[in-house]
Amino acid sequence: MTGTGAPTGEEDGAVVQRGSLDLTLRRLTRDRAAMVALAVIVLVVAMAIFAPVFASLTGHSPITQFRDTGLSPMGIPVGPNAEFWLGADQLGRDVLVRLAYGARVSLLVGVLAACCASAIAVIVGTTAGFFGGWVDLALSRLIDLVMSVPFLLCALALVSVLGPSLMLSVSVIVFFSWAAMARVIRGQVISLSRQEFVQASRSLGAGPLSIMVVDILPNLTVPIIVYTTMMIPSAIVFEATLSFLGMGIVPPTPSWGGMLADASSNSLYLVAWWMVFFPGTALLMTTLAFNIFGDSLRDALDPKSLRTARRLKRDRKGAAK
Amino acid sequence: MTRFILQRLAFGAVVLLVLSSFVFFLFFVAPGDPARMIAGDKATEAQLQQIRTNLGVDRPMIEQYATFIGRAVQGDLGYSYRNRQPVAEIIVRRIPATLSLVIGAVVLWLAIGIPIGLMSARHPGSLRDRLGQAFILVGLSFPTFVLGMMSLYLLYFLPKQAGFTLFPAGGYKAFSRDPLIWAWHLALPWTTLALTMAAFYARLTRGQMLDVMGEDYIRTARAKGLSERKVVWKHGMRAALTPLVTQLGADIALLLGGAIVIEQVYGLQGVGALAVQAVNNQDRPIIIGVVLLGGLFIVTANIVVDLFYVLLDPRIR
Repeated sequence: MTGTGAPTGEEDGAVVQRGSLDLTLRRLTRDRAAMVALAVIVLVVAMAIFAPVFASLTGHSPITQFRDTGLSPMGIPVGPNAEFWLGADQLGRDVLVRLAYGARVSLLVGVLAACCASAIAVIVGTTAGFFGGWVDLALSRLIDLVMSVPFLLCALALVSVLGPSLMLSVSVIVFFSWAAMARVIRGQVISLSRQEFVQASRSLGAGPLSIMVVDILPNLTVPIIVYTTMMIPSAIVFEATLSFLGMGIVPPTPSWGGMLADASSNSLYLVAWWMVFFPGTALLMTTLAFNIFGDSLRDALDPKSLRTARRLKRDRKGAAK
Repeated sequence: MTRFILQRLAFGAVVLLVLSSFVFFLFFVAPGDPARMIAGDKATEAQLQQIRTNLGVDRPMIEQYATFIGRAVQGDLGYSYRNRQPVAEIIVRRIPATLSLVIGAVVLWLAIGIPIGLMSARHPGSLRDRLGQAFILVGLSFPTFVLGMMSLYLLYFLPKQAGFTLFPAGGYKAFSRDPLIWAWHLALPWTTLALTMAAFYARLTRGQMLDVMGEDYIRTARAKGLSERKVVWKHGMRAALTPLVTQLGADIALLLGGAIVIEQVYGLQGVGALAVQAVNNQDRPIIIGVVLLGGLFIVTANIVVDLFYVLLDPRIR
């Protein structure tokens, strides 16, 4: 039954009753790609939490400039060496320490923006789908409107006027990411509210709010979890893009997008590859891990999915041998 | 049918109106005096007042907005604060670079994305499917500017250090002067943009194709004894690829409004680079113009896509 050969808690012949959470977790833990992705995510989170440890280990703060040791006499940043493990940047700052602190920004913005956007999407989508009529019409038009806005241009215009800041970045990302998910939720709610259990609830005298929260919302758990997970990498890239264009996190606070922008200005990265390689890889690995984990989560939560079916079949075959 | 078109046009007009008032009023709450920006620090108060009167910025907000909309409808977007040239002219000059970038990239990303998606969907669970899915995941996760910087390093800088020029570092060369030089300069930007977009289209194609191939009419086609090739190409593809049109329309419109990141990385003087420069210079008339142009592209694309659907799918009529 199991790939590792270790007993999984079930004795021969005994039938164990498992809840759906248990089943989902079992499906997820058997997915090797998901576990690797999760490991990467945990690693990035650890890097963000222990950023001060990196700083004290190397003796470099993320914003201190070491112009004597970090730059060559010609002003070119030094590459990875015993003092600067991942090299230094154009002002002689430690890339490793900045990378660790940058993880905080990326994760904070990614998770915060994804959660806020999905909360808005759930509220708007549920309201539109449940009430129908003119409420639906108005909210659907609003969704169409937000989706037909050139979002990066508007984000730039907004930031240029209000001045870049962390909270503004998050707000801009939230404002332009909730609409697509709201549309999906609306569709789900429409088909759910035609089901018998909703009518049963209504005939028992439940009000609209109670039906939405008690009857419909639990049925939306899977799309909400999956969509929120998938929104995190997009939000991280969105933030990095804003910072890359100089419209995100205010320097000297380190952020991955900002570090890449530093590397890109004056094409400095052509002589100092570490300035683009490390933040670029960190960004790519983080988004990739979240995307893979989101995919696997969707498969694990949906027992009917193709991949799960295949894996079960393979496992059965293995057990028969 | 006419009613449908009119509805779409009306909604498009509403989108543009909302967009224009958003950017316009945004700049009213913004700090900074446009007259000071034009005249510089040495200007006297009388000169500043003269400029304000000329610009009309001393009149009430609503009146200014009405004037602005009235002129914008006629294609007059005002003048740049920086060099006093007409905004419309400045933007038009930037369009060839952006258009060249988008046209080439669209062809490439469809040519890469659709076959990968089809291959993946035709053999679900196989090694080919897993390779396709890996391409999709990596492509979706790659931030455009990271891919751009990495390819510049590998394909421009390293060969150049070794003593030969494989690709130029970027910049835009006019098509009319020499098509070959034009293509050579755009090769890296095209590939970079196309690879990230292709992943998205491969995923869309794969999902659509998997759905369609499970439909009853595909079973009917098979039961009729059609060859597998005919079932896939004639019956499957058409239904599977139609929804791609919506996405394609939206993506082309979004990019025509400025492929901001790619233009920035490769130093292409297109609309997106103009937007970034205008933002850095606080040149508000240009920012408003570029945002409105971007909105116009998206609205137009939406309407075109809707009409296309009506032609393609008689059920909507």
